[in-house]
Amino acid sequence: MLEIAIGIILGCCALGAGAAMIAGIGPGIGEGNAVAKACEAIGRQPECKGDVTTTMLMGCAIAETTGLYALVIAILLIFVAPGTFVDILMRTLGR
Amino acid sequence: MSQTSRRFRLVDICYILGMILPIVFGIALKVLFIPASEGISITGAAVFFTLPLPLGGLPISEAQVNSWLVIISVFFLCLYLTHGITAKGGLCRQIVAEWIVEKTQNLVRANMGEYFRGFGPFIAAILGLSAFSSLLSLVGLYPPTSDLNVVAGWAIIVFILITYYKMKCGPVHYLKSFGEPVAPLAILNVISEVATPVSMAFRHYGNILSGTVVSVLVAAALSGLSSLLLSWIPGFLGSFPLFRIGLPAILSIYFDIFSGCLQAFIFAMLTMLYVAGAFPAEDYMKRKERRKKAAEQANEQ
Repeated sequence: MLEIAIGIILGCCALGAGAAMIAGIGPGIGEGNAVAKACEAIGRQPECKGDVTTTMLMGCAIAETTGLYALVIAILLIFVAPGTFVDILMRTLGR
Repeated sequence: MSQTSRRFRLVDICYILGMILPIVFGIALKVLFIPASEGISITGAAVFFTLPLPLGGLPISEAQVNSWLVIISVFFLCLYLTHGITAKGGLCRQIVAEWIVEKTQNLVRANMGEYFRGFGPFIAAILGLSAFSSLLSLVGLYPPTSDLNVVAGWAIIVFILITYYKMKCGPVHYLKSFGEPVAPLAILNVISEVATPVSMAFRHYGNILSGTVVSVLVAAALSGLSSLLLSWIPGFLGSFPLFRIGLPAILSIYFDIFSGCLQAFIFAMLTMLYVAGAFPAEDYMKRKERRKKAAEQANEQ
């Protein structure tokens, strides 16, 4: 029984990590839009390339935030959560 | 002291040694005290020992040791760059030092305004520490920026600065700013206030750590592929991970060099924007004028 319980915990942690990274779609689309607009702007006004690039990088960094939250949660689910959950299980079982 | 004298050269060599020795010391520490791992392994910073303190133990981890090594190394780099500086100029390193100072000062002035002129050294320190910490992975050491604790420390410093500049007009003005535009939104304002350092720390740490994870995964996959395809060759060639040559190095250019420098720049830019944005310049000037008038009136009476 215990093996099955631990197996379910590990499997669900991996599934959760994978599901959390679905959030990577959003920043991908957002950053793609930002870069596309920056390219358009540089094409229209090549002389302000430096300013546009700096602003675009800043915007990309901000847009990336949600994706990075998902990444941190996925990393926690893979490397930290299984140990914690198995510990909790063992404590409730009194072993 | 002339620039060609023997003493000058000796001091130069001492500074260069001070730059290189901490890195060598870090590599030696890693080789001696951290057990080598077989195959693919992604772990946090290894803990060297735990300092017993009254409020629980303080674990001294690889990230802390490495960030102190980077600090010492950058300190000696600065000493080396500014050694033998004259008003006339002439040394090559003086041009580099002046270029760095000028660039950071221009950056700070363009992004923060004239009032925050004095922030140049702080921003340069953040940029240098962050960039060199991330670049530490090039010599095979654990980059301190891929540990959340180190980056969270920097983010907390930035948060303290933001709060300090918001408090410039007095604590009442600071508390009132949470009730804008309408009072019931105060909870959301508090959340967004706390989210600033959290998102800054997660952004830097997540970018560096994800680069490390992707590099390790690709290296492991390539060695698995080469053992699958080439294991029929007898002898040394069969066990040698041939496909591992090349591609991880190209990935490293992006993840270690480009991403590390870019994240350092972004962290510094966000610091500047948040701190400059937190300062209520108009209200501060009004308050100053009001105080001045009050003081004049008091003097007249």
